[in-house]
Amino acid sequence: MADVHPVTVPKWGLSMDKGTVMVWHKQPGDRVRKGEDLLDVESDKIANVIECPADGVLRRQVAAVGDVLPVGALLGVVADAEVPDAEIDALVADFQANVKPIEAAAAGGPQPQVVQVQGRRVRYLAMGAGGDALLLLHGFGGDLNNWLFNQEPLAHERRVVAIDLPGHGESDKRLDTGGVDEYAACVTHFMDAVEVGAAHFVGHSMGAAVALRIAADSAARVRSLTLVCPAGLGTEINVDYLRGFAAANSRNALKPLLAQLFADPALVNRQLVDDVLKYKRLEGVTDALEKTIAAQFEDGKQRTLLRDIVARIPAQVIWGDEDRIIPPQHADGLPASVAVHRLAGAGHMAHMEAAAEVNPLIASFIAGVK
Amino acid sequence: MAREISYQQAINEALRQEMERDSTVLVMGEDNAGGEGSPGERDAWGGVLGVTKGLYPRFPDRVLDTPISESAFIGAAIGAAAAGMRPVAELMFIDFMGVCFDQIFNQAAKFKYMFGGKAETPVVIRTMVGAGLRAAGQHSQMLVSIFTHIPGLKVVCPATPYDAKGLLIQSIRDNDPVIFCEHKMLYGVTGDVPEESYAIPFGEANVVRDGKDATIVTFGRMVHLANEAAGELAKKGVQCEVIDLRTTSPLDEDTVLESVGKTGRVVVVDESNPRCSIASDISSLIAMKAFGDLKAPVQMVTAPHTPVPFADSLEDLYIPSAASIQTAVRRVVEYN
Repeated sequence: MADVHPVTVPKWGLSMDKGTVMVWHKQPGDRVRKGEDLLDVESDKIANVIECPADGVLRRQVAAVGDVLPVGALLGVVADAEVPDAEIDALVADFQANVKPIEAAAAGGPQPQVVQVQGRRVRYLAMGAGGDALLLLHGFGGDLNNWLFNQEPLAHERRVVAIDLPGHGESDKRLDTGGVDEYAACVTHFMDAVEVGAAHFVGHSMGAAVALRIAADSAARVRSLTLVCPAGLGTEINVDYLRGFAAANSRNALKPLLAQLFADPALVNRQLVDDVLKYKRLEGVTDALEKTIAAQFEDGKQRTLLRDIVARIPAQVIWGDEDRIIPPQHADGLPASVAVHRLAGAGHMAHMEAAAEVNPLIASFIAGVK
Repeated sequence: MAREISYQQAINEALRQEMERDSTVLVMGEDNAGGEGSPGERDAWGGVLGVTKGLYPRFPDRVLDTPISESAFIGAAIGAAAAGMRPVAELMFIDFMGVCFDQIFNQAAKFKYMFGGKAETPVVIRTMVGAGLRAAGQHSQMLVSIFTHIPGLKVVCPATPYDAKGLLIQSIRDNDPVIFCEHKMLYGVTGDVPEESYAIPFGEANVVRDGKDATIVTFGRMVHLANEAAGELAKKGVQCEVIDLRTTSPLDEDTVLESVGKTGRVVVVDESNPRCSIASDISSLIAMKAFGDLKAPVQMVTAPHTPVPFADSLEDLYIPSAASIQTAVRRVVEYN
């Protein structure tokens, strides 16, 4: 199969779930070279060209102009001329058997819910069932959508719940102190509200510090900790990023900041910037972010240091090598019981940028927790 | 939480949330409360198309019905603004502005400048613009450029429910007089709108669609037609960038010029008559500041230089269409 290359609907933005085939630039039987324009596909926001993945022959045009297909669906097949038709047809049949209709993915998919937690509205998204629950905590300025590439794959084995921390996403924006204690208390009360006694935690950045705080205060509620590019293990943090993010109120101010989150800045497309801007404009957000910076990162240093906790609870650390917000060196010198995974080619948003590596690390780690 | 509501509901929600937040915000206009003085008729209308319906029962002392005298009540709103209130006056159709033009351009727009910067006039004048409702020549005009011409006024033209809410909230909080132009053909358009309050800053255009082959600059209802045209053109391999100006004053020159730098080919779409229009204004901006980037002459798609006709067939011909936008884009793309 090495010489057979399926061409599929790509994912160009967080909210992209489908694409429309606009025009084919090559016809079946045409010789094609790697990098040549194969066809144009359009999402709600963007029309773009899909380039040929390899030298060969366009053997099949599976999708016709005007077709609306989910991300990952088969568009066509490029292969060497020598590959037998039967092998191509088998690949096409395999894809068609596994294709998910868009309606099922969109309408039937789980929707975020809202619960009142001590007079505060908290939005969350739950997927999957059974097993010990897994809780996903996003970082500063993030929301539950940050787990877009992780939550569904992790939910095959267990119930996985992503929440909008207070001050974030579509949860209430009011914060009293913005300290890590306040976030942690909200999460434990949230667990009560949705009847989760104890859970595995995956925390990203500030969300990792929140998970560490919960583990320190209520160890019985934390089965394990997966800390992704975490706060809480050292003092340095890129506070210019934090302050810039809190202050940014336009596309042009926000885009270079968001680019710092990824090893590949090209991932920061218009849609991502627009989505973050929409959040930032909501009443109370700037105040919540400024309070959080003042309480947790004043003077450019992290105030919450909980390195010793990882010795007490099963824990692993996952860090993008090119993290420009918190230095990966904070993972140096942790107890030998803590596995540290450094990912090349990933930045601060390692769970998004390297989801294909991060998801199995989380799944196998949790499966091994006694 | 984001949910789908209409452009009309988004405007109503913005008014309600600002009235809850700030007790100096008041709403006034013809039938805004609905049949004042007639028992059983209160909140019957909420303005001619019902945009303010539901506000009167919540804020009975801050939703005012006015006589059918635009010169009087627009003057009253401007005076109340100068005295510390934040009035939102509904002037049914922009076509009727003529009778109160002195209040707007000689008074409201000038106070700050003529009283040493000490006087502020935080008034919002909401008004319906545009053709398509079979309402003939005196109820269908697109007079946005007349107000854009006047220093001291801000001019806002939301294209979507999200923008309508965020821009109206910004308009109410702004300390200058704002002409808030609601396209009557958009009231039923629905879209995602957060329940929470939010303000969209003035002077920031929205790039509705990315593309590398041509730039379509537009605003208001024409954003939707430009998108439709861009979708059709994409099927033929032509990728258009669509820019929604959102506010014509202040104007986001940077976003326009940046896009022109990328594509070098521009179509400006404006529903108004062509002379001294937003279309001609943007065209001159590009000619002055991005001449070296241009690979083809700028094309304008506008209504013809006539009043809006009453006959359905003629009104349809008068309004720029997705087809006419496509033709203009092809002209700039094929130019050598």
